[in-house]
Order: sequence, then C-alpha cells, then structure tokens
Amino acid sequence: MKRVQFEHSPIPYLFVAPQIIIIVVFFLWPAAQAVYQSFLLEDAFGLSSQFVWFRNYSDTIFSAAWLQAFWFTIIFSTLVTALSLGLALLLAVKANEVIQGASTYKTLLMWAYAIAPPVAGLMGNLMFNPLIGDLYGFMNAVGFDFDHKLDPYDAGFVVVLISVWKQVSVNFIFFLSGLQGIPKSVNEAALMDCKSPTRRFWTITFPLLAPTTFFLMVINITYAFFETFGIIDTTTQGAPGGATTTLVFKVFQDGFRGADIGGSSAQSVVLMLLVLALTVIQFRFIEKKVHY
Amino acid sequence: MNRSAISTHIILICGALFMTLPVWVAFATSTHAPETILREGLQIWPGGHFLETYNEVLFVEGGVMKKVTATAMLKNSLILGVGFAVGKVIISMLAAYAIVYFRFRLAVPLFWVIFMTLLLPLEVRIIPSYKVVADLGMLDTHAGLIIPLIASATGTFFFRQFFRSVPDELLEAARLDGATAWGFFIDILVPLSKTMIAAILIIMFVVGWNQYLWPLIMTTKEENYTLVIGIKQIYQVLNEGGELPQFQKAFALTILATLPPVLVVLIFQNWFVKGLVESEK
Repeated sequence: MKRVQFEHSPIPYLFVAPQIIIIVVFFLWPAAQAVYQSFLLEDAFGLSSQFVWFRNYSDTIFSAAWLQAFWFTIIFSTLVTALSLGLALLLAVKANEVIQGASTYKTLLMWAYAIAPPVAGLMGNLMFNPLIGDLYGFMNAVGFDFDHKLDPYDAGFVVVLISVWKQVSVNFIFFLSGLQGIPKSVNEAALMDCKSPTRRFWTITFPLLAPTTFFLMVINITYAFFETFGIIDTTTQGAPGGATTTLVFKVFQDGFRGADIGGSSAQSVVLMLLVLALTVIQFRFIEKKVHY
Repeated sequence: MNRSAISTHIILICGALFMTLPVWVAFATSTHAPETILREGLQIWPGGHFLETYNEVLFVEGGVMKKVTATAMLKNSLILGVGFAVGKVIISMLAAYAIVYFRFRLAVPLFWVIFMTLLLPLEVRIIPSYKVVADLGMLDTHAGLIIPLIASATGTFFFRQFFRSVPDELLEAARLDGATAWGFFIDILVPLSKTMIAAILIIMFVVGWNQYLWPLIMTTKEENYTLVIGIKQIYQVLNEGGELPQFQKAFALTILATLPPVLVVLIFQNWFVKGLVESEK
C-alpha cells in the first residue's frame, strides 16, 4: 500500500469497474452456471430440467471414456512437461555458455513462441500426412509400422512431439533468463572448487535454477492440460477411439458435439478443482521460493 | 575452439534446426505446384509458384474458403490481436491504479475477485460463457470476440507491482500542484509506464492473435474467421478429397498465420523477453 493515497471518493470504483464488470459477466456468472448445470439433467430438447444431485458426476467421471481421458491427460502432461523442460534446459545452458553466435542461437530457439498451437498442430499434421508427409514415410522407413490414424501409441507420439516442439521456446526463454540471473562470482567460485562441468552444473547451477524450474513445471502442466486443445483439435481430434482425448477436449466434445450439458459441466467443475489445486501449489511454493 | 565448445555448437545447431526446419519446410512446400507436392512430398527448397499460390490465397475469392480471402481473415486476426492487447492494458492499468493509489472499502475483496480469474480459464466455463455472449447478442461481433477475453489478473498484478515502485513523492508533488486523480494517471503514471506498456502490448498481441478456442465457437460466419480459425477449415476441406488436394494453400495459410506474430517477436525481441519474464512472475 502507498503511504500517500487519494482520499475516499467514488473514483476508484470507476477505475476498477470495467475489469470487475467483465469478470462478473464473463467469468463468475458462467462459472456459477457451470456448477449449477452440473447438478441438472436436461431432457433432449433442453425444455425441462431436473435436479439430480451428483448423478452427472458419477455418470461421467466414473465412465470408461472419462477415465481414459484422465489417464491420457496425466501421461501426456508428464511427458510434455518433462521432455520440453529437459530439452529447453539443455539448450539454455549451452546458449548461455556459447560466445560466438550467441544472439543468433537465442533468436532461432525462441522465435517459435509466436506460433499458435493449432498452427503448429496443422503443420505437424501435414508433415505426418500419409500422402505427402516425409515424417510419416521416415517412421515407416526406419522400421516402425507407423500409422497414427489407427495406432493409439503412434497418435500419442504425434501429439506429444508437436506439443513439446511448441513449448520448448517458452521454457528456453525462462531458463536462459534464470541462468543469466546467476551472479558471475558464483560461477567463478564454482570454477575454482570443481573441475567437472557436469558436477558443477548439478551441484551449483541446477539448485539455483530450482525456483525457475518449479514455476515452469506449473506453467507446463497448465499448458498441457489446456492450451494443447488447439493441437489435439487440428491433429488427431482425440482419435483413435478416444486414445488422445484430453480432459479439456472431452469437455468441448461432450458439450458442443454431444450436447450433454450436465455431463460436460460436471467435467468442467472437476477441471476447476484441478486448476485450483495447481494454483494453490504454485503460490505456496513460489512465495517460499524453492531453495536448497 | 576446443572439443567442448564444438559439442556446444553442435547441440545448439541441432536445437535451432529442430525449431526452425518444420516452418521452413512448410514455407518451401507452399511455393510448389500441388502436383509436385503430391508426387515428391515435402520440399526443402522453394519452388516457382510463390506468387501464384499466395496471390490466390490472399486475394481470390474461393481460393481458400467459399467467399472469404486470407486478406479478410488477416484483418480479423489483426483486430483481435490489437483489440485484445490494448483492451488488456487499459483495463488492467485502471484497476491497478485504483488498487494502489486509493483507499476504499472494497479494495481487498475486489483484488481477490480479479485474482479469481486465474482459477477460471476459458476451458472450464466454455459452454456457459458461450451462452452469455449469445444472450447478449454478441455472437459474430468483434466486441463479443474481444471483451470476454480481456480481464487480466496477470496484467493487473504486473502494473500493481510497477505502480508500487513509483516513488510516493511524485503523488505528493502532483497534489501540491493540484492534480486530479485522472490527471495524475494520464500525465504522470502513463508516461512513466511506457516501456512496461510496450512490453505487455507485444506479448498480448501475440497471445491475442493466437487465440483459438474462443473464436472457434464464437464465429459462425466465414467473414468473421481469423487466420488461426481459417486454418482449421481448410484442413477439413483438404480431407474431403475430390479434386487434387491443395496442400500448397494449406501450407501458405499456416505461413500467413505465423508471420505477423513472428515478426512482432523478432523486431521487438528484447521488449518481448522482458515482458514475458516479468509479467508471468
């Protein structure tokens, strides 16, 4: 809080009003609606509805399709987070070491941030297109019996690859800025004490990057849950047989394609709780700053 | 150069190729004739059909969609990107100003209301949000596309943080000179925040341009498609079969959808990195 402030007046309310009105109309009200509808069962024409307590929850959430989407989302977000963080960390460490061409490398590694997930999805999809896609041909040429339209693992491979590709640049930017924030004196002291660059990295640099890594983990999990919708929608669309359906894609599919408002709302509420959990974890740890 | 320096360069070059090559291939392929692409697959070198393909995609009706050209979609994308960025900056600056510079009873509860938006990403309230906008008659309008997206907790926190770092003496001095609340904001705080505003505008333009789920359900008429949405449609057309699949057009459209945000990021690279790193933390 400021020591000096303006006096009481209606003015501050005018200043916050635009933001608050938008939040109430387009955030809180719809979210409340989602919670409300998750307890209702509508007839096929949406004319009458009935209060059914937790039936939508038990019907959708314990269904085989939802559980499949749940486990796929968990495995998918773990893979995307681990792979894109690992790759970005490697590249950031190397880009921080290098002297010649440092800014060129930096630019080439971060520019893909600007590409939208669905655009990345479409590009990837075309490259795996059986008619023209060289990646499709390549996978088959090296001995995989590759067919992402039919094989769930191959389809999973395609969406993970594209999602990782899209996310490396963000992680790279944050890791590089984290590395550049480590004082020179620390690196110099480490250099005197320890000859092995690998050991230096794991005992000095990596612990100092812990806050960045932790923050990025949350960002990446959120990305894998929500923003990859655009990638799934332009590549596999959840196929084959729901094998690459994420929880968010399922909410969209059931709500808009299947017109199952109650079930879709119940899934939305479960997602809200997941976001809440992620946010709480993020704030607890980030406030404390993870340090070893 | 010693051995470890060489291996560093090799790793970085592989990384740079991994990030760049797919987009380059998409561009190179978009400049070939459809027959060539179908016969030979993806292309690594540009071909001779650049003008033909891009001219048709950008200017000829029926080139990519039934009635709409990529130029029209480009315009929609620009409106979304700019409106999204400017809207976010304006409403988060105003809210942050009220929270930092005024003592009012609801300050703390309202701060938490803004914070709540972090817990409610569009994806978890998508169907009711669609209903609200439909009830307000805002489907297929620019306002309906932009306004529901511009509430911003991160933007508000970012400016709140910055305003707190502004010395108190400025307000004391301004008040001695008889500045009003609005005058202090416009004449002193906004000019002071110029670099912050620029950094946020750049990030938000890219984020706005790249919006997918909301425009996808909001726009039903072709003439309101953004490029990012148009891409999905051409992909469906491609799959329908019939004539020779127009892969070069699909690739050209991905390049057009990518180019403006990439240019913004490249031209304003330093501001962009600053804005990204500082606004997210």
